[in-house]
Amino acid sequence: MTDTATAGRERAPASLFGRIGAQNISLLIALVVLLAIFGVLRPDVFFTPRNLINIGLAVTILGILAMAQTVVIVSGGLDISVGSIVGLSTMVLAVAAQETGSIPAGILAGLLAGLLAGAVNGLIIVYGPVNAVIATLGTMSAFRGLAYLMNNGNSIPITGDSLRALGIGTLFGLPFAIWLLIAAMAAFIVFTRETVVGRNIYALGGNPTVARLAGIPIRRYQISIYAMSGFAAAVAGLVLASRTMSGQPASGSQGLELEAITAAILGGCALQGGKGTIIGAMLGVLIIGVLNNGMILTSVPTFYQLLAKGALLILAVIVQERQRARSGE
Amino acid sequence: MTVPVVSVEGVSKRFGAVQALRDVSVAFNVGEITALIGENGAGKSTLMRVLEGEHRPDSGRVLVDGQPVQLSSPRAAHGSGIRVIHQEPEIIPELTVAENIFIGDIKARGGIFLDRADLERRSLDLLRTFGVVDVLSPGQRCHGLSPALRQLIEIMRALRPGARLLAFDEPTSSLTEDEAQRLFRVIRRLKADGVAVIYISHRLREIIELADRCVVMRDGSRVADEPIAALDEQRMVRLMVGRPVSDLFNRKERALGPVRLALEGVTTRRVDGISFEVRAGEIVGLGGLVGAGRTEVARAIVGLDPLLSGRMAVGGQPYRPREPADAVAAGIGLVPEDRKQEALLFMQAVRDNVSLVVPDKVSRYGFFSRRRERALVARHVAELRVKTPSIEQAVGKLSGGNQQKVVFARWQARGPAVLILDEPTRGIDVGAKAEIYRLIESLADQGLAIVLISSEMPELLGLADRVLVMQSGRISGELPWQEASEEAVLALAMRSDKKAIERRVS
Repeated sequence: MTDTATAGRERAPASLFGRIGAQNISLLIALVVLLAIFGVLRPDVFFTPRNLINIGLAVTILGILAMAQTVVIVSGGLDISVGSIVGLSTMVLAVAAQETGSIPAGILAGLLAGLLAGAVNGLIIVYGPVNAVIATLGTMSAFRGLAYLMNNGNSIPITGDSLRALGIGTLFGLPFAIWLLIAAMAAFIVFTRETVVGRNIYALGGNPTVARLAGIPIRRYQISIYAMSGFAAAVAGLVLASRTMSGQPASGSQGLELEAITAAILGGCALQGGKGTIIGAMLGVLIIGVLNNGMILTSVPTFYQLLAKGALLILAVIVQERQRARSGE
Repeated sequence: MTVPVVSVEGVSKRFGAVQALRDVSVAFNVGEITALIGENGAGKSTLMRVLEGEHRPDSGRVLVDGQPVQLSSPRAAHGSGIRVIHQEPEIIPELTVAENIFIGDIKARGGIFLDRADLERRSLDLLRTFGVVDVLSPGQRCHGLSPALRQLIEIMRALRPGARLLAFDEPTSSLTEDEAQRLFRVIRRLKADGVAVIYISHRLREIIELADRCVVMRDGSRVADEPIAALDEQRMVRLMVGRPVSDLFNRKERALGPVRLALEGVTTRRVDGISFEVRAGEIVGLGGLVGAGRTEVARAIVGLDPLLSGRMAVGGQPYRPREPADAVAAGIGLVPEDRKQEALLFMQAVRDNVSLVVPDKVSRYGFFSRRRERALVARHVAELRVKTPSIEQAVGKLSGGNQQKVVFARWQARGPAVLILDEPTRGIDVGAKAEIYRLIESLADQGLAIVLISSEMPELLGLADRVLVMQSGRISGELPWQEASEEAVLALAMRSDKKAIERRVS
């Protein structure tokens, strides 16, 4: 049996997370084109270090959400409540910090709130059972309502130097938030590529029946994945709160779910599950970040920006479906 | 010479690595019943898919009334008068019997409103013709109908005006003897009306009784096309298999070890009071008709269907699974019936598919050791002689036989005590089948306790040490291999079916 596989001549491990190539290269090209366009339109500002750091800061929150969203989508789900959880967690942070007078206690409470909100999503989805889109559409409204309820719809100012330091501090010339994003990215990449749990999530999204029959406890996985998504949203909320020094029930977090999902899909996540990469999602995030920044610099009115972002999501899905049809999957 | 109603000329079709059809030519004539036989995976279903416009042949052509046609869609095929009645009827449960029969051809009054009176009249005519007016009424919803009745509805649907070629894909696999005879009367009348009939079945006796001509397929090729008078059962089998069936199996005495799996009065929503034991080194066959509850026994054992009552034990320890994960942990492996939907991640590599059930053996502290994983997978893949260019190949690109070997390799890697095989050779060509049989035998030699569910009689009779026959969710009898014959199994599978039918219909 000459063509039988033997241990000696295996290629490098690739296939499960492989094919990183083609799709990411086209994303890189899109990114370069965008950079070129805005560089030409605003040569005075766009490529200044200051503006590049601005883009980096702007994509921190989105990046964390998009990476978590990627894991959720790979598992075959969707979480559209993340924007609301960001808002909710900043409010919990602010209230807890106010009540206890301690910033660390506030941060802890905010993170816990996000974890809990995510777990609630997971429990509804698994034990309802409720379709993930519907469940998180419901909690998107419910969590936002909860955030408004905490202070009658108003934001809560936070005072505390440690939080401010987190917001404006730098290390080796880069803001803390960007370091946080880099650390999160490393963690997500290792998680999805090198761990058993990460790989099982690809199996779960690829075919839940197969995964279940192979002995993967899929309910526990699903609940944990949404809890993780909620926690990531709370981390994003922490970044937001440290920058605004306030608990914000809506401002700064509304519409984040749209951008996070767009980035993940731009990055190659299949809504059917089982496919998607962290690196792809981060490229998607950079594209959105550059687009946002460039549109502001070139004075595109906000309303057009919304229009453009919506169109981008739909375009990303169309491109992906075309590719899928062509590859005959 | 008269022109055939439909004929195929030199049709070939390839799916990935599998040559499903190889230069096949057959003509179907007016008023003739052509039997189409061959093992699973021989290409019968693919040929049907070509005829009904689901698949386009890679080469060759289809002619209707001597004229080449493009059967580019099921609708086009339907328009040409070609109708295929599938083994698993597509019945919409929420619609009534009449609506299901005439779906797509429901007359409307004033162009908008359902003409229920017309619908009822037309379907009553059909129900009378089939002699089932006492069990089916036009206004009845199809929810919960028995397989036999659903099949009947599908047949009535196909009989709508314009049918020139009717193909029956294993229509009797879920029918009782009485129902089958009724179906044969209908088919003979169709023949008398000048319809060309294709009849696919594994029941050779039926074919001799019913057909005028027999086309035999093997590995995608047409290997024989002869008048039925020139054939007997033995010759048909030899043509299908390509060699005498007995060569496929090596029966030998195996020393049986302790009881590995025990079921006592196991009852779920779909099976009732199932009790049996499987010993180390034993192959216990589960026989019966499609829908008799064999797969449901497997589902109960692996924790997919909750137990309503009864007890199970694995290796002498009480065992009550709530999730398939519990079954895997207890040392039970399942090779499911549907490879694509239940067993394999088609898009992912052989490596991922094999190591899926052995995370502990390929990782440390939850992190993969690629080196260990590759070594482990490569070893089992080589041991089972899976033909793949590399363990990084996507499983979906392999042939059916090699896909199935990957599923076996997965469990080999895990080393379970009990293995449940649900139709382990479905959709696999003859050569690979023989390999799978040898593999199953060697697994039993190694002391695994094996439950074998199979609809293929030769396989069931050739491999199992004893056969439990199921009917309507219960075990209706047990046969040691020395007494297990096709007749004996069928007799138990269809025993006192009347009661069962009444239960299913009501």
